[in-house]
Amino acid sequence: MKTHSSIGTFAAWSGYRINPVGLVSVSVVLFWALVALFAPHITPHSVGEMIDADYFGPMRPGLWLGSDYLGRDMLSRLILGARYTVGISLAAVFIACFTGVVLGMTSAVLRGPVDMVVSRLLDALNSIPSKLFGLMVVAAVGSSIPVLILTLSIIYVPGAYRFSRALAVNIDTMDFIMVARIRGEKLPYLIASEILPNIIGPVLADLGLRFVFIVLLLSGLSFLGLGVQPPYADWGALVRENIGGLPFAAPAVIVPSLAIATLTISVNLLIDNLPQKIRDRSAS
Amino acid sequence: MKSRVPSLILSRLLIALVTLTIVSFAVFFATTLLPGDTATILLGQAATPEAIAGLRTAMHLDEPALLRFVYWIAGLFQGDLGTSYANHVPVATLISGRLANTLKLAGLTTLVSVPLALTLGITAAMWRRTLYDRIVTVATIGIISVPEFVVATLAVLVFAVYLKWLPALSFTYQVDSFAGLLRAYAMPVVTLTFVVSAQMIRMSRAAVIETLNTPYVEMALLKGASRPRLVLRHALPNALSPIANAVALSLSYLLGGVIIVETIFNYPGIAKLMVDAVSTRDLPLIQSCAMIFCFGYLLLITAADIVAILSNPRLR
Amino acid sequence: MTNLVEIRGLTVEATTDSGRWIQILKGIDLDIAAGETVAFIGESGSGKTTAAMTLLGYARPGCRISGGTVRVDGRDMASLSEKERAALRGTTVAYVPQSAAAAFNPAATIMDQVIEVTRIHRLMPPDEARRRAVALFHALSLPDPDGIGDRYPHQVSGGQLQRLAAAMALIGDPKVVIFDEPTTALDVTTQVEVLRAFKAVTAKRRIACVYVSHDLAVVAQIADRIMVLRNGAVQETGSVDDILTRPTHPYTKELLHAFHPDTGGRSAPPVGDAAPLLEIKTLSAGYGPPQPNGQPLVLAVQGVSLQVKRGTNLGIIGESGCGKSTLARAIAGILPACKGDIQFDGRELWHSAGQRSREQLRDLQIVFQHADTALNPAKSIEDILGRPLTFYHGLRGKARDARVDALLDMVHLPRALRHRRPAELSGGQKQRVNFARALAAEPKLILCDEITSALDTVVAAAIIDLLKELQRELGLSYIFISHDLSVIEAICDEIIVMYRGQTVETIIPSARQQPQHPYSQLLFSSVPKLDPTWLDTLNSDADRMRVA
Repeated sequence: MKTHSSIGTFAAWSGYRINPVGLVSVSVVLFWALVALFAPHITPHSVGEMIDADYFGPMRPGLWLGSDYLGRDMLSRLILGARYTVGISLAAVFIACFTGVVLGMTSAVLRGPVDMVVSRLLDALNSIPSKLFGLMVVAAVGSSIPVLILTLSIIYVPGAYRFSRALAVNIDTMDFIMVARIRGEKLPYLIASEILPNIIGPVLADLGLRFVFIVLLLSGLSFLGLGVQPPYADWGALVRENIGGLPFAAPAVIVPSLAIATLTISVNLLIDNLPQKIRDRSAS
Repeated sequence: MKSRVPSLILSRLLIALVTLTIVSFAVFFATTLLPGDTATILLGQAATPEAIAGLRTAMHLDEPALLRFVYWIAGLFQGDLGTSYANHVPVATLISGRLANTLKLAGLTTLVSVPLALTLGITAAMWRRTLYDRIVTVATIGIISVPEFVVATLAVLVFAVYLKWLPALSFTYQVDSFAGLLRAYAMPVVTLTFVVSAQMIRMSRAAVIETLNTPYVEMALLKGASRPRLVLRHALPNALSPIANAVALSLSYLLGGVIIVETIFNYPGIAKLMVDAVSTRDLPLIQSCAMIFCFGYLLLITAADIVAILSNPRLR
Repeated sequence: MTNLVEIRGLTVEATTDSGRWIQILKGIDLDIAAGETVAFIGESGSGKTTAAMTLLGYARPGCRISGGTVRVDGRDMASLSEKERAALRGTTVAYVPQSAAAAFNPAATIMDQVIEVTRIHRLMPPDEARRRAVALFHALSLPDPDGIGDRYPHQVSGGQLQRLAAAMALIGDPKVVIFDEPTTALDVTTQVEVLRAFKAVTAKRRIACVYVSHDLAVVAQIADRIMVLRNGAVQETGSVDDILTRPTHPYTKELLHAFHPDTGGRSAPPVGDAAPLLEIKTLSAGYGPPQPNGQPLVLAVQGVSLQVKRGTNLGIIGESGCGKSTLARAIAGILPACKGDIQFDGRELWHSAGQRSREQLRDLQIVFQHADTALNPAKSIEDILGRPLTFYHGLRGKARDARVDALLDMVHLPRALRHRRPAELSGGQKQRVNFARALAAEPKLILCDEITSALDTVVAAAIIDLLKELQRELGLSYIFISHDLSVIEAICDEIIVMYRGQTVETIIPSARQQPQHPYSQLLFSSVPKLDPTWLDTLNSDADRMRVA
């Protein structure tokens, strides 16, 4: 049994239990968050400076992750790339989930025509494949960071809406909502005070999942050259820049790919292995 | 008892139709009401004002947007997809060959991934919490969490760079022999299969496990039924509609995957055509490609809904 | 002769969230002879179902048989391999589940599932199995015994499914059958038929039965011996007669006492012809889209009229689907009535709660059956009780705290509970909080919709006592909706019997008035009595009273 390891003491101290997989994934997510936060202060070289005579250089002391297709330091570019990948995705996921969840709960409570119109419109929006939507917007207005954030959030509003509406509809059938309704409570109280506290857990897990989707989509768009534009580069753009190094397995193309993979896999594993509150009545 | 099935299917089809209308509306306006005058773009900056005015009239550009939308839809129904801005060729001509290529790629992927994924998903559910189940689950989470181009990159690294089995980034047209065909399609299909199967495995596994937790499966266990019997006789028939849903939803991931895969492998399909059209801002081409994609997507989810209705015993 | 079933020192453990194992069955010993019926009785969580399932060598996921032996027909189910157990399930020991509706696979025909046991264990050719099944359908007095097997489970009623589940258990000629609360989900009139069918079939085949139930009266009809369980331990085992007439254990006495609820303890209702508190005239309500005639598609309540005088209680009784809950929802304004008048406290009420004034909403409160869903699980008891105080009476801070304490006192709950969440309370405590919330509004009338139905007998009796006490102190009126006659008789001055959306009769219990309408007679006579001969003597009477 795992209860007797060091994790057991953590459980006893906090009242929460987390398994080793969860612990590792938390660490990776925190690591990337810190890298993104302090990026400009920890890059060993300037991101634009060509310091290696060779391009697609291998890993070696001083150039720990090798050099890119122009001979720039890959480590510095990766660190600064974290800022774009994590920052843009975070901004987008918050906008998307806030809008989606508020709309979703409102639809569930008001039901009737409001629900029908909003659901139908967002369903239609949802039936445009996400990459396609990104392509169309970029084709139309060009790509800039605010446009990217807004586009990514619009793409994921329907998903967040559907998810939270489904949860809220379930809660809405509960008698305590009926009690509040016939007490005479109004919409803002119903959604903020009666429904939200009951769905906040799954909603946060969904936020994490949607964050992964957004990172994936942003990287995909950047990979196609439609996301973050030079001179800036997120991880997807780094892979695109250095795709020429693929036939000889240059670190410049592998490292950013791995960076994306570690971030998204960790978030996914974290959601599946969230710390669980110990509800052990006989233990207390 | 009168069956409700026909009316339910009809209402699904109607919903799909309404959605398609809203989507085409969105596609049209997103791409049409943008800065820049179409006639000027078409004729170039050097064109005379008269020529531009003439073209505007010919293209109904002076008329209200709503009317142009109607013309556009009417055109779509007659197979007139407009003319490409970039090379002044009818869009239909540009698309036709490319669409066939993409469908070939998608079809091959479906043929490979659906049986593979369902087998893995159902068996993982059957032997839940075994090592086999864990390996399948972790692998699928890994693949789902990673962008398609990373899967493609890794596939190239493994199969082309290290193992040297397959060509890396070039699509060869020499598909005269079976081996040639295999080599030409192998990398794109392998990549897409990974991307699509992971979703399908995850969802079909979840669907079977959910039905395994029902009281009627417990009842069958208490009748002395064996584990394979529980899964195949009792769980699976009831998991059919969520599985159909999983298949359709996963196949819709094909659409996204295809955009990346066609680009990375330089495959002459419709998605590559569209990505190129985006860089030249070739609006009629983008609109048509987008409509094809949305139509494909809607077709898949509507099909999943209908299968779900048909496989629900309560509606029989 | 050895016993068919011998249980010795049986313990079962369940795992907790933190992975610890705790004992939920604490050493059970029991013998069952061939052809004998033993009832396991106890409240929810007493371990009665867990104990019964060990006879199949089965423990639900998260539980395990941790000690002792369960010998069935000479073989120890606790120590056999999974494969050996599977071979005995359905042939030696069979199981009839509580909810047959959930235990039938919706995707297969009934016949396929009934004869599945014979397929699994290769007992006989399918044709013979089908013939046997049809014979069982006859024996269990199912309608259309030849055709019912071709239907799907959702096409058959609950009472019929329960009997079909028994057929499914009996097809393999088992020596022991476990009935797990098989009639709990059924209406009383249906329950009578199902019980009678079970009794006839098992007696004829000399099958040993384990009958799990919380209902002493039902058990009295069908069992030879009773084992009383509480918190996973046996309190008392004895013959039906011993348990009913000479109970030794305090808990058994408590159970028996709760069966005869106290009808007294209430001050006489004020007489005279003061204006009624609530008066309803020809009220109709229903569900579905409005039809051309202005009525909804399905009318669940049709032209019901009733009166509630100040300080008196009205009971509404009927079986599931009779419209009694719809009537409550129409009065509360949750489901606006489509026709009729509601006069409350001298004023006309709007049909929809949304249009009623805050005072009207406050004066008429409703308490729902399931406290689990009626209390927001994310809020503390303090917040749950405090909100109506703030909302209706503008109380905040200290004043509000003091009032919350007073409310907890009124419903006899410790004040320390105010910081807990509903999930940390027992079922009876939750129902008290649920009721206290209605009291917080300081209403004139409280609609109680089946508020004791989800509770154990002993707990329910305490709630009824509390309701009476509060009525004496606060001068409230109740409308009490229930399917349980004894509960209604204990607290109501006037009883309305509902059937198919209409009121068929009004009965005043204090006047010792007997039901006149055939349906009321059927309903009243179908309520099981503690007398073990009740079911056997009922037969002819019930048939005579049956209405179309």
